[in-house]
Amino acid sequence: MSLRDATRGRIDRSRPLRFSFDGRDYQGFAGDTLASALLANGVHLMGRSFKYHRPRGVMAAGSEEPNALVTVVRDGARKTPNLRATQVELYDGLIAHSQNRWPSLAIDVGRVNDWLSRFFPAGFYYKTFMWPRKAWKSFYEPFIRRAAGLGVAPTRPDPDRYAQRYAHCDVLVVGGGPAGLAAALAAARMGARVMLCDESYELGGSLLGDAAVRIEGASGPEWVQGSLAELRSFPHVSLLTRTTAFGYFPHNLIGLSERITDHLAAPPAHLPRERLWQVRARRVVLATGTIERPLVFPGNDRPGILLAGAAQTYLNRYGVSVGERVVIVTADDAAYQAALDLHAAGTVVVAIADLRAEPAGELPQAARRAHLMVLPGSTVLGTEGGLRVRAVSLADTAGVLRQFDCDAVLMSGGFTPSVHLFSQSRGKLAWNETLDAFLPGESAEHERSAGACRGITDLAAVLADGASAGTAAATTASGSTTASGSTKLASQFAVEAARREPGSHLGPLPAGGTPSRGKSFVDWQHDVTLKDVQLAAREGFQSIEHVKRYTTTGMATDQGKTSNMNALAIVSQDLSTPIPRVGLTTFRAPYTPTTFGAFAGISRGDLFDPVRTTPTHAWAESQGAVFENVALWKRARYFPRDGEGLHAAVARECRAVRDACGIFDASTLGKIEVVGADAAEFMNRLYVNSWSGLAPGRARYGILCRDDGFIYDDGVVARLAADRFHVTTTTGGAPRVLALMEDYRQTEWPDLKVWLTSTTEQWAVIAVQGPNARRVLEPLVSGLDLSAGALPHMGVARGKILGVPMLLFRVSFTGELGFEINVPADYGAAVWEGVHAAGQAHGMVAYGTETMHVLRAEKGYIIVGQDTDGTVTPDDAGLTWAIGKNKADFVGKRSLDRPSMKAPDRKQLVGLRTGGGELLEEGAQVAAKPGQKPPMELNGHVTSSYASSALGAPIALALVAGGRARLGQTLYVPMPAGDIAVEVTSPIFYDPKGERLNG
Amino acid sequence: MLLIGCPYCGERPEIEFSYGGQAHIARPARPAELDDAAWTEFLYMRDNTKGVHAERWRHSHGCGRFFNALRDTATDRILATYETGKPRPDLGAAREPAP
Repeated sequence: MSLRDATRGRIDRSRPLRFSFDGRDYQGFAGDTLASALLANGVHLMGRSFKYHRPRGVMAAGSEEPNALVTVVRDGARKTPNLRATQVELYDGLIAHSQNRWPSLAIDVGRVNDWLSRFFPAGFYYKTFMWPRKAWKSFYEPFIRRAAGLGVAPTRPDPDRYAQRYAHCDVLVVGGGPAGLAAALAAARMGARVMLCDESYELGGSLLGDAAVRIEGASGPEWVQGSLAELRSFPHVSLLTRTTAFGYFPHNLIGLSERITDHLAAPPAHLPRERLWQVRARRVVLATGTIERPLVFPGNDRPGILLAGAAQTYLNRYGVSVGERVVIVTADDAAYQAALDLHAAGTVVVAIADLRAEPAGELPQAARRAHLMVLPGSTVLGTEGGLRVRAVSLADTAGVLRQFDCDAVLMSGGFTPSVHLFSQSRGKLAWNETLDAFLPGESAEHERSAGACRGITDLAAVLADGASAGTAAATTASGSTTASGSTKLASQFAVEAARREPGSHLGPLPAGGTPSRGKSFVDWQHDVTLKDVQLAAREGFQSIEHVKRYTTTGMATDQGKTSNMNALAIVSQDLSTPIPRVGLTTFRAPYTPTTFGAFAGISRGDLFDPVRTTPTHAWAESQGAVFENVALWKRARYFPRDGEGLHAAVARECRAVRDACGIFDASTLGKIEVVGADAAEFMNRLYVNSWSGLAPGRARYGILCRDDGFIYDDGVVARLAADRFHVTTTTGGAPRVLALMEDYRQTEWPDLKVWLTSTTEQWAVIAVQGPNARRVLEPLVSGLDLSAGALPHMGVARGKILGVPMLLFRVSFTGELGFEINVPADYGAAVWEGVHAAGQAHGMVAYGTETMHVLRAEKGYIIVGQDTDGTVTPDDAGLTWAIGKNKADFVGKRSLDRPSMKAPDRKQLVGLRTGGGELLEEGAQVAAKPGQKPPMELNGHVTSSYASSALGAPIALALVAGGRARLGQTLYVPMPAGDIAVEVTSPIFYDPKGERLNG
Repeated sequence: MLLIGCPYCGERPEIEFSYGGQAHIARPARPAELDDAAWTEFLYMRDNTKGVHAERWRHSHGCGRFFNALRDTATDRILATYETGKPRPDLGAAREPAP
């Protein structure tokens, strides 16, 4: 008998497709999934299990599939592992491979784990891999890395494009089955903007696999087509197939993952591979249906053992019979419909073993009328078969034992309503005793569930429930409080369908009095057995969250869709605690695995972060500068010449600055204009310094603390007028300093007349530093006097440079005579080039951030965030002089008055010199005692370390406990190769009197 | 992602805002008069409410203003937003209408 029916199914027999699986060629049809096409070719063996490498076949027909995980390959870069074969749409030329097996699916050496399974119970790794310790790095870890996981990740960068889109709608319906379609129709007819999404490539849900129902005289699929035609006629309705609602986020933001090209043989280059939707819906209708429950009995995992509903779907939707001789084991009436459908298609239904004592509903009666063998009060003792099931052993309450030869076993323990998204929305679940299921209870967001996912089983009632939910959603979304438009009641949907008595079995099947034969699986994908879950209880775990993590049940990529309820029932039995008291583990997004690409969208490579460049960027590039990232800025780090490396370039740049002069781009530093009648008062309250006495035309080095007393940022602050301050900040600190200022301005001192404007990007800042600085600039400036008397150190003046309006500061971060030229940013490049050209006659050299770091370190100037770490006070950094005397208060003052903030053993900024020319590592620890073994007594750490040309030896800054009292002492920096002896010095290594500031 | 009602701009997504911690904590006018315990209380001690929490938000990528919000920390429902400097509204029986 051919396993492919001649007429049944929605596949297109006029479009045959070739595909290969594990290197063998097969044929399928358009409309097949990889799973249905393999089944049609008689292939059930599709994978090897995670831990035991047991042969596994497909068990389900949808996204809940735990076993048939495959890798689909398009080319060297496009290899997608861990796809469920039930969701891989067949296309001509598809290449797929099974996973987790070597050398082949049929013969896998990993199977030895199954034979040694008594050494691999749940949690075995908590008690193993510990000895010898050295073996961890060389053996255990590499071994575990190779053995763990299922698929193999691709190794080449992802060449595909992923799009992202935002959408707003009145009603988002999740799920395109009968309830979802009814809801969408009802809402659309009321004029609501509706979005309907379904994870499958076709809308219709359960109706696509059901050949028996009739709705308004049409078959299920015909009714679906009619509904879709009407939905498509509305311009305000959007239908999304191949789109999984993977996450329910606060305030009705739903994440959708739309797969656009994976089903195409030749994806067009202009299409993105996937699209991530972030949908803000006024109202959400969850019509997510149910997932059938497997049964826990010995040997329940052999290939050929499937869910009954899946077999029904394979027949009615894909025209495939899962076997030639099937035995059905069920606790629910629905499996009888599967039996009748298979029987009508010519499959031999050997027997229907019902776990219930007296199955008397319409469907069991119909089965008996069709002369199918129904065995009530049955249980399964075990199965036989290697790469395919070949027999099943049953027992019944009367003690009768039967064994049947078969090539497929279909199981049904009832149905679990899919409450994943409802739970993600923080809705409360309620346990329903009749249905043996958790149903949606109290909502936390503006959503409602409809249909089977809230426990409704009768099709007419499902349709009515969907319609009612859609109507209500559209009504409330529009703000109206009265229902408008008709709502179809249950009796108004003319449905012909057999009445189904819902039934359920959770937990292990009765053992039937004989010792169990083999492993009873609870979680197929993670190979968790009944014994494993029972072991957790014996080991003392009582919380379901602990049991989950100890056994790993529910932690695989299928997140327990077919295992959580059975695991919960087993724990409930072992702890003698009712299921609702044990509870479920937390549901988390994504509902099914979602690609990194979808989340990344365009944020990759050059677009991952914005790039900020300064006005001199192009010039620096043309000079071959090597750049570094400082926050989002690109800054020239050094300007190598003639193949110089970093050290040589920096040494040359440093010498040039101190001997002649250098030019440096300081444009990235933050600049904030503080303006208003109360500007000085605002600055006094915020910064540690006194600003009232600072005259316009003068600048001062300012320190900003937070109220905890620790240095938050620093920078030169110039007073441009009585009511105008030009505050500079560190490059990285600019945004947070402005944020802090706004916080105080808006929420603490709203009565002050002061306003803040960021001018960071408005001013280009060109630093000219060195003994020749004034000589270079004098011929270029107009409208101001640069002489030492007219513009003293820390003076501010306005004028023009090369005809461009300029704000000039006489400031130095190098310790040399220095100026900072501020011009409007658009003139920055031109002024830079003009000054640089003029400077050549005076030995001017462009220098980068590395040289800037060295020169300031030679002078003991701190860099906030490098020499401070949020726990350093002004006094720790030797900057008490900056604090305004006689200031009643400033942000941080009260904390600085705490005794612990003045303790003599606090870490204080000092310099370190090494005896033998060693360059210390930044971050290296400092210890008073040499020759220690861990755990060491440590006294500080190195914050900055450089080779200094000016001193001809390395220098370092460090924070050392009681550092200032240790001047002259020898301390030690422990390194792997041994201790490095260091002498504690003043942090000002060069020109301690500051004479060079005057040129 | 929360939808937050800026009193000046209307409802905007959370990504436009920066969180500002607990609301209605005024910096003491004369910190020098507080002992260390009281100063520590001001600096570091914050409520950890399960339920309605008064907190500050700043519309950093919008109008740039601070404002206050009452948010239920268990459900993330934002029950009210109000301007800086205004007292915490008394919600009384008024809660968000059921869906």
